[in-house]
Amino acid sequence: MIRDITIGQYYPADSPIHRLDPRTKLFGTLVYIVSLFFADNLWCYGAATLFLAAAVRISRVPFRFIVRGLKAVVFLLLISVSFNLFLTDGRVLWQAGFLKITDAGLRLALFMGLRLAYLVIGSSIMTLTTTPNQLADGLEKSLGFLNRARVPVHEISMMMSIALRFIPILVEETDKIMKAQMARGADFESGNVIRRAKSMIPILVPLFVSAFRRATDLAMAMEARCYRGGEGRTKMKPLQYERRDGFAYAVLLAYLAAVIALRLIW
Amino acid sequence: MNIIKAVNLVFDYIRRDEDDKVEEVSRALDHLNLEIEEGSFVAVLGHNGSGKSTLAKQINGILLPTEGTVWISEMDTADENLLWEVRKTAGMVFQNPDNQIIGNVVEEDVAFGPENIGVPTPEIWRRVDESLRATGMAMYRKRSPNRLSGGQKQRVAIAGVLAMKPRCIVLDEPTAMLDPNGRREVIRTIRELNRAENITILLITHYMEEAIDADRVIVVDGGKIVMDDVPRQIFSRVEELKRYSLDVPQATELAWELRQGGVDLPDGILRREELVEALLPLLKGRKGCQ
Repeated sequence: MIRDITIGQYYPADSPIHRLDPRTKLFGTLVYIVSLFFADNLWCYGAATLFLAAAVRISRVPFRFIVRGLKAVVFLLLISVSFNLFLTDGRVLWQAGFLKITDAGLRLALFMGLRLAYLVIGSSIMTLTTTPNQLADGLEKSLGFLNRARVPVHEISMMMSIALRFIPILVEETDKIMKAQMARGADFESGNVIRRAKSMIPILVPLFVSAFRRATDLAMAMEARCYRGGEGRTKMKPLQYERRDGFAYAVLLAYLAAVIALRLIW
Repeated sequence: MNIIKAVNLVFDYIRRDEDDKVEEVSRALDHLNLEIEEGSFVAVLGHNGSGKSTLAKQINGILLPTEGTVWISEMDTADENLLWEVRKTAGMVFQNPDNQIIGNVVEEDVAFGPENIGVPTPEIWRRVDESLRATGMAMYRKRSPNRLSGGQKQRVAIAGVLAMKPRCIVLDEPTAMLDPNGRREVIRTIRELNRAENITILLITHYMEEAIDADRVIVVDGGKIVMDDVPRQIFSRVEELKRYSLDVPQATELAWELRQGGVDLPDGILRREELVEALLPLLKGRKGCQ
């Protein structure tokens, strides 16, 4: 189950979206998320659906990879949908005990569910089509102005990209430790929440120890390859806006304008 | 000129307690002297805790000598102003392939070193191309390192070092975590680099088979160099090696046992083929008698 988190899992392909500048994609994701919170009627969600479907299609990432990210938030999704569904006041359509479904609740639940699902899918598309390093580069460059405020932007982005690189490795390790503990009779499934949380300790301790060991090794390997912070560093792939980025920005703004218009009109 | 020169090299691991008082000192290198010629392929053998890894880390300034001096092509590793020059000249590959790959895509990882030393972008691309070709990893350049086998990951790590154009590569047990196939791949790559690009190789290992093809084998024990010769000479001293808790290559071991049993075999057999060749006439001779 922990393997299903898609964030930080790059899907290599050669699509127009893959080739976009990471800054464009970051900004695009941001705009998309804003538009989701702005949307409050079916037309707006229709536009959001179309936009998302087009992006998925153009990205050439297989659909199952995209949905995989959703699995991790299924629980959250169910909770928020059912809360909205059963606990909103309005014209009652159906009632059983204290649970009732109202027209407003139905509407809210639908929108909430879509909003959450689209949010996850939208950001998954970004992480699936952008290598974490590009992503970190994009953040580093977009937030470069913070450098003047003494925020160590380069260091933060390096930390982020390393963290992302080690997610799959640590997930695999967690799996291995869990199996090793299970082979020795550990039980992660039964008991109440507290007991289950307690049973995670024999996983977390070795995981942390090994993470620290890896960190020491990695630091040494980075120093051996002359890493000394962002100063004087060149880039293999310096970020440069191309014509397609201009086009993407135009599409994005048109989409945002459309959502705003749809909201204001209806 | 010798690319690596260590004189009277001492290194102590110092363990301190909470009040920063010295609790324990263990001497990893003990007045060690070493010179390595440019372009040679040297294997360093030693059992666990013999000081061989510590020696490796001295060579590109990850650890600095407690006493004595290490020169890498006449640069003192303890000189802070030269540190990055030293690390550029002597690259290092570590044991765990996962813990030394920084990039999320093979080519980005190979570019990490050149980026750090400020190589201009077009030159980075050239170097990445060259290094990936030299290690035979060009077809994997767009892959995620997580999807590669151990041997392939180590070759990516080697390519990453190679892209910094070092004159010497130190490999600290690069095959210890690999399966036999991966091990062969890595060793073949190293040997090829030594031959084709004339890069000095210092291979730290505890697999004897990997030392056979070296120009020179150094045995470290208790922080000192105890044997230093060509492989054939080293491996003919089977008893001495065993005293340092080292094995000998399988074929050598068998030949040695046979000789103990009274079979007339020459000294210094390293490979299986050599053993077969030495045994065949003996067997034929016996058949002739019957």
